[in-house]
Amino acid sequence: MLQYFHPFVLPFTLGAFILFGICIWKYVRWYKQFDQLQRAIVRKNLFSWKIIPAIWEMFREGILHIRISRKNLVLGYMHRSIAFGWFLLILVGFIETHLTPADAHPMWMAIFYRFFFHEHQTFAGAAFLTNLMDLLLIYVLSGILLAVIKKFYSRILGMKKTTKHVVFDHFAKASLWCIFPLRLLSETLTATIYHNGGFFTQFLGNLIPLPFAEAFELLSWTLYSIALGTFFVSLPFSRYMHIFTELVLIYFRQMGVKDKKERTGYTMYELSACSRCGMCIDNCPLNKELGINTVQSVYFLRNLRYKRNRPYVVDNCLLCARCASDCPVNIDLMAIRQQERNKGKLDTEGNYKYLETVQPFNAIGGVGYFGGCMSHLTPGITEAMKEIFEAAGQRYWRIDEDRSICCGRPLLQQGYINQAAELRRKLTDLIRKSQISMLVTSCPICYQTFKKDYKLKIPVLHHTEYIARLIQDGKIKVRKDDLKTVYHDPCELGRGCGIYKEPRQILKTTTHLVKAKQEKEDSLCCGINLGDTMIDIEQQKVIRDAAVANLLYKNPDLIATACPMCKKAFCNSTNLQVKDIAEIVQQNLIKK
Amino acid sequence: MINFGYSIAKSRAVNLDECDFDKLHQLENLAPSFKRCMNCGACTATCSAQQFTSFNIRKIKSLYQQAQYDKLAKELEKCMLCGKCTLVCPRGLNLRPIVMNMRKILNKK
Repeated sequence: MLQYFHPFVLPFTLGAFILFGICIWKYVRWYKQFDQLQRAIVRKNLFSWKIIPAIWEMFREGILHIRISRKNLVLGYMHRSIAFGWFLLILVGFIETHLTPADAHPMWMAIFYRFFFHEHQTFAGAAFLTNLMDLLLIYVLSGILLAVIKKFYSRILGMKKTTKHVVFDHFAKASLWCIFPLRLLSETLTATIYHNGGFFTQFLGNLIPLPFAEAFELLSWTLYSIALGTFFVSLPFSRYMHIFTELVLIYFRQMGVKDKKERTGYTMYELSACSRCGMCIDNCPLNKELGINTVQSVYFLRNLRYKRNRPYVVDNCLLCARCASDCPVNIDLMAIRQQERNKGKLDTEGNYKYLETVQPFNAIGGVGYFGGCMSHLTPGITEAMKEIFEAAGQRYWRIDEDRSICCGRPLLQQGYINQAAELRRKLTDLIRKSQISMLVTSCPICYQTFKKDYKLKIPVLHHTEYIARLIQDGKIKVRKDDLKTVYHDPCELGRGCGIYKEPRQILKTTTHLVKAKQEKEDSLCCGINLGDTMIDIEQQKVIRDAAVANLLYKNPDLIATACPMCKKAFCNSTNLQVKDIAEIVQQNLIKK
Repeated sequence: MINFGYSIAKSRAVNLDECDFDKLHQLENLAPSFKRCMNCGACTATCSAQQFTSFNIRKIKSLYQQAQYDKLAKELEKCMLCGKCTLVCPRGLNLRPIVMNMRKILNKK
């Protein structure tokens, strides 16, 4: 083994040991911070069929970066060339090393192969592998070149704003950028002396004078090793920790682990899996409309990881989840944001005894209708629902007819976890005792929490889902008018609960649906929402106006939405009629 | 003292010169829109909690402004943070952060 040793390999070797030591130590520590339930899930699924999709996603997202490519082709190429190219360089280097007849194959051999083997090897395919390694090196270098271009002219790569990194990240990045040019230089110089290069390194090597190569060959290899070592040591403390953490995170996610209401070890994995690519910045309404560019998820997660978050950053988020839909790592950004808002000591037992006066209504087997607090401000929606229930001949009970109990999600969003749970207990009790068979709600905010946080044993439907069912089953009949209608996807209903199909189905049968400029996962927040407590009403209105402008793209006659808050927001901003889907259906009902 | 079976109500006059307005200033810094309030009471009229109990956000605002902080912390716990008040406010007060910051300031020891 000693014949294949040279002191210059030490920085690389030590760096690699330190890197894997720290990674394993961190991963074990975070795994210990998992809560009981999360650990049970991991244990249950550790060796199940779920491993197959997990490994597939690890390869697809950790190495090929398909999700980024879907958003932005050039950016995808950049990430893929560095990750996939480097992966293949190691893999092919490993194969090349092990095909070479030698007494020993120390771990650094695959990296510094050409330094130790000067002759063209004689095993089958040796020349092919040599040329392939050159090709891979060019592939990686093309990615590095794009990364350098992105640093100075990010607009060429389709990003208006990129992340403002901390100094240490710049340092780690500099060492990463040095690695591959140095590898090229080293192999070129060795090729000049020993003529053992592939098509590219040999071509470059022939251009370099021999004395120069002899003088600098060892220095170049040493610098290459130092660059690798530096990068490895800085990796666990910089943003490049995402390289390995993303793989572990994908594995746990595929096992079925989810974020909890309080921070757990899983959150720690998510924090380190963020590559700080900055794709969450450009489309954030706060950045786009208000120019607030220090609070986006990338900065929030970074502050959290380095333990320097300020309330201004934590609370300044609309929770519209636009960033979560843009995130190539699929981190549950909204859950982490809400965890961090945890009010701790302030989240005392609430003072909600007054709710005891609400008595359940005996509605066995009927439908429970929960309008939500906001629908009290848009009575058109509840009136319409009433008419639709009656037209369908459905017995129903309006849970919050004259007095409304809040669903608890607004409290939850602001980190009052106990108080939200108290409201949930009250409403759950009320719903159970009334013995309804289905819960229909008009407010997507309530809908999301009823669906995700309440443990109701009955189906929970948003009214768009319910109406779509009624129309499909022929329980109500609607006519088609000839208005051009555009549909606004409420954040909580669309990105929050994934309901895009039903509202469009209804609108297609009742009116002429036209497209908005950005819709579905990319729809814009209406601005007047409950997530952000840092911006004032004037700023919210700027965001709202942008959302309206987005809807007016095809000159519609009518704006349709499915959220009382969005309706309330829009109707003060435009001369067009703004209607909830329930109201449109009510208008087009064919009465028997 | 002789018990006549009735008494005179205690004076409710607040001597503003003797009040400590530190908490008010803290709130105004954290939620500047607080200053815009014109006491119209639209928030209280629409309030979800008000429909069940005597919770009165307008009154709380006035008491807070006069530095009468007793019992306010417990009273504020009645708020469900549903945000209807913010939507109806004609002066554009962002009431939820105001309530949250009041809770925070009043609970600070």
